[in-house]
Amino acid sequence: MGRVGAVAVIGSGIAGIQSALDLADGGFRVYLIDSKTTIGGRMAQLDKTFPTLDCAMCIVSPKLVEASRHPNIDLLLYSQVTSVSGTEGNFKLKLLKKARYVEEDKCTGCGLCVEKCPSKVADEYNAGLSMRKAIYLAFPQAVPRVMTIDAERCLFLTKGKCGVCKKVCTAGAVNYEQKDREIELDVGSIILATGFTPFDPLLLKQYRPTHPDVITSMQFERILSASGPTQGHVLRPSDGRAPKYVGFIQCIGSRNPHIGRSRCSSVCCMQATKEAIIAKEHDPNLDITIFNIDIRAFGKGFEEFYMRAQKEYGIRFISSRPPEVQMDSSGKIFVRYEDMKEGRIKNMPLDLVVLSVGLDPSPETKKLAQMLGLDLDEFGNVASLIDHPLETSAPGIHACGVVQGPKDIPDTVAQGSGAAAKASALLATERGTLVKEKIFPPERAVPEMPRIGVMVCHCGINIGSIVNVPSVIEYAKTLPNVVHAEEAIYACSRDNQEKIKILIQEKNLNRFIVASCTPRTHEQLFQNTLKEAALNPFLFEFANIREHCSWVHMNEKEKATVKAKDIVRMAAAKSSLLAPLTTSRVSVTQKALVIGGGIAGMTCALDIANNGFPVYLIEKEDMLGGLLRHVTGLEDGRKSSDIIAPLIRGVMSHPRIQVFTGTLLADLKGYVGNFEGILDTRGTKHEIKFGAAVIATGAKELVPSGYYNYGSKNIITQLQLENSLENGFEKVPGNVVMIQCAGARIPERPYCSRTCCVEAVKNAIRVKKQTKSSVYVLYRDMRTYGVWEKLYREASGLGVVFLRYSEENPPIVKDNIVTVHDLLIGDDIEIEADSIVLSCPMVAPESNAEMAKLFKIPLDRNGFFLEAHAKLRPVEFATSGVLLCGTAQAPKLIDEGIAQASGAAAKVCVLLSKEEMETDAMIAAVDEKLCIGCGTCIKICPFNAPQLIDVEVKAEEMVYLAKKSRINPAMCKGCGSCAASCPVGAISPRGFTSNQIKAVINAFGSIPVVRS
Amino acid sequence: MSAETAAKVNGWEPKIVAFCCNWCSYGGADSAGMGRFQQPPTARIIRVMCSGRIDPLHVFNAFLEGADAVLVTGCHIGDCHYVNGNDKTKIKYKFLESVVRELGIEKERLQLNWISASEGEKFANFIRDVTEQIKKLGPSPLKPEGVA
Ligand code: FES
Repeated sequence: MGRVGAVAVIGSGIAGIQSALDLADGGFRVYLIDSKTTIGGRMAQLDKTFPTLDCAMCIVSPKLVEASRHPNIDLLLYSQVTSVSGTEGNFKLKLLKKARYVEEDKCTGCGLCVEKCPSKVADEYNAGLSMRKAIYLAFPQAVPRVMTIDAERCLFLTKGKCGVCKKVCTAGAVNYEQKDREIELDVGSIILATGFTPFDPLLLKQYRPTHPDVITSMQFERILSASGPTQGHVLRPSDGRAPKYVGFIQCIGSRNPHIGRSRCSSVCCMQATKEAIIAKEHDPNLDITIFNIDIRAFGKGFEEFYMRAQKEYGIRFISSRPPEVQMDSSGKIFVRYEDMKEGRIKNMPLDLVVLSVGLDPSPETKKLAQMLGLDLDEFGNVASLIDHPLETSAPGIHACGVVQGPKDIPDTVAQGSGAAAKASALLATERGTLVKEKIFPPERAVPEMPRIGVMVCHCGINIGSIVNVPSVIEYAKTLPNVVHAEEAIYACSRDNQEKIKILIQEKNLNRFIVASCTPRTHEQLFQNTLKEAALNPFLFEFANIREHCSWVHMNEKEKATVKAKDIVRMAAAKSSLLAPLTTSRVSVTQKALVIGGGIAGMTCALDIANNGFPVYLIEKEDMLGGLLRHVTGLEDGRKSSDIIAPLIRGVMSHPRIQVFTGTLLADLKGYVGNFEGILDTRGTKHEIKFGAAVIATGAKELVPSGYYNYGSKNIITQLQLENSLENGFEKVPGNVVMIQCAGARIPERPYCSRTCCVEAVKNAIRVKKQTKSSVYVLYRDMRTYGVWEKLYREASGLGVVFLRYSEENPPIVKDNIVTVHDLLIGDDIEIEADSIVLSCPMVAPESNAEMAKLFKIPLDRNGFFLEAHAKLRPVEFATSGVLLCGTAQAPKLIDEGIAQASGAAAKVCVLLSKEEMETDAMIAAVDEKLCIGCGTCIKICPFNAPQLIDVEVKAEEMVYLAKKSRINPAMCKGCGSCAASCPVGAISPRGFTSNQIKAVINAFGSIPVVRS
Repeated sequence: MSAETAAKVNGWEPKIVAFCCNWCSYGGADSAGMGRFQQPPTARIIRVMCSGRIDPLHVFNAFLEGADAVLVTGCHIGDCHYVNGNDKTKIKYKFLESVVRELGIEKERLQLNWISASEGEKFANFIRDVTEQIKKLGPSPLKPEGVA
């Protein structure tokens, strides 16, 4: 039996959504299944995301809309998988879709029923802090926007009384007779993305979880949210008053073997830091303390974020975790903790306690794992191997996101893409067999007379609390050609896309402006909405009144409102002159280039090749394997050669992979879909063509010259230790001293290198097991995050001594004596060391700068490559066709690099899956009547897009040949440099024509006369 | 009203046009927002895809529409999303500077700055600095009659 070109994705959080989108874009049918009534998962519940403080709803909302609109994605919500049969390539799933008692195709989501419903129940979305009705929408931006009746709470369904929702529903959508439904699906592969459930603190009674002012971090997240129970005001639940003293207690339900939760949850330290910062932004008078064991700020930009929290926001971090929350005789809550500086126990009274709850595997995971025959690890995560992080124990079934182990959003997104690459590789032969083309209605012809609609967004309170939105709307109505203006709480929400379409219809609009956030993230969403409304997408215009206005003028509400009006006026001036733009199609070279033959590059090349596309894999060294060649042991006790060797074999023997070692990319031309590169293999040049490129150039270990006497005898780095552990380390027993953060987390290199703590404990265990040595690890924060907390525990069990030092008081190495001021004891300790091992950070190779120039891609301030978006686009660049994975992006562990590599492969496969792609619409156009054929544009253009051709010109009585410029649409990138240089103004880039820019400038100056 | 008297009027604030390229400086302005880097509400951003798109004519138009200062911004040299658009900007800017000199306008009223998409704080500081400088100078002599 043939394979089925469809995939079931179980779980519709950000991991599942990402998998679904990449598969659907790559030509597969996707069933996105969730037991909830909406997609979006936990991320939709967050207020903001660390470390960039992006508004979570703002960045996830476009994804929700995209997933729900994708022609290749079927949403199967409120549905549970009841049975699975079949094998890899051919699974049969049975689902039970619960009755919503509301017809999905009839409900408009107007919410009248919700208003009238008399039955109330605790609201899960607000973590129980508010009430919702028995008929409800999970949250305001929920997708799909369809109501659900909670059958257990509905008076009609339980007692046969009421029935008011049916009476008020004008759409006739309420149907009490609706029955649960069985659905059968045939799919080729299954992706499990069932995420987590926050730890239930009722298991830890000593923290008084039932006290109203002891809340979880998830509840605090909702309190901080503009759409939460207190509209974003920090108020304590007991009396609704503003608290003064707030304390976070970390590791509630993490790093605690007594309750069967010994792993670290990876995200809570940064979540608490983030929540503390946002709370301080809301109310600068708050006094906030975060009680912790260690602060695990290990990801990209996290350490810097943690520093900012202390320095800029004055948030206090105390390395002592109170064992309980106590109450004094007057009923006030307080905690007891150890003041390390003074070496004594203290009390701290608190108005609000936030328990930073860990991530428990969701209850569904266990059931599904049983049904699917998957192994779970000791922590209840879907079991996987370091070298196969996305594969489960059952062939054809993949896992991604927190179900595979605790992780943050970018790692989750990378895994989501990665799982898609694995599933599509399995079904590569069936690509495109079950897809539907998205058909947009034919575009309406646009009459000369502009009719502009304006929607001004409150963005929760992000805009509305600063800018006076109603007055901006009134103002917009007075602008020339504006025929309608109205407000929205979230313009980007699904219901507002519908609203825009209706407005365009009803008011006969032919231009639309949204005044909200930045076009850099949201333009496409609204452009698609216009397409669905039969309007050309380029008739849309953005007015950025959030990033450029409300967020930067928070203390000048009136002036911000004036500015917002100006911004809208300027947008309207441009909008009036917008014209429909069209695209053309160019062919795609369906081959990829992967740069870097380390573990990430090889994995990525294999995944792309397994998806059916040829790959050039280049490596500058003479051997494949990268940094991992210098590592000898893995965290799980295997040798690293156990995973490199098979990978090298796989790459070398793959019929679709061409490996070039000792090779550099010497030159690059072209653009997404049509790159041309010159490879330089030890002087021999070789020309290649490819459609997409992956940067997997890795990182290297810092040479710690200048730190801790490096260079003297017996002072080595962790990588050198790796080598000697494989080559007779046992001959030198004695005292081994490891110094963490050697050259990291200091002003000249502020970042945390993420992997060194895990590396150190791993090697400490190896030393202990091989020798009789004593091992000391001198650390600042022990960042053995996620499941690797078990190594820390094991090392302690084996007698490794951990001594904590502070940034101000680093250890001193003199000859073979290491002196460290231990924070716990509060005293100096001298250790006679036989071997000193420095745990140094990974650093970016200098060659990154050249690569960045070649591809026009940015580097971050530490020299690593800067991805397109810290949260949701971890493997992409703003430049399309160029992807990123592995330690080239930031230091990371092997399994993380591998998952990212698969993620980058998924993006490449999406691009290469089509023989043709659309060109940009916003390209330059020549007015031949004006062109004098001077050729300036040809000299200016870096892409060789213009060409001079002979054109027959007919003047009154003459016909003659003249040189005229013409633009190749596939090569033009629309920068507009030619237009700014054309001496006669004959060239104008579409979307930024001279007239349009001039109109915007005029609108800047002239305040139009108000129509009465 | 002469420039000096106007500047003395309490609370006068300049109006500034900032041309930003989509990939870097506009992103920098976005990052300023995301980082909540506060700045005076004096600037109005005009987005173009690349600083290379900024025509000297645009700059003069802005002055004629009453801008007290015009900012030309783009990616750092070498970072232009379109290879070298900002190199061309530099050349055009030289020309602009010379014209501004000829016209006798204070040089602070025309400024060039390279700001990357991650430099939110730099963007905010730039707007603050220019605002302060122009406040001292008062309204632009090119400002048309009757424009505040
Ligand atoms: S794209 Fe920013 S200067 Fe060219």
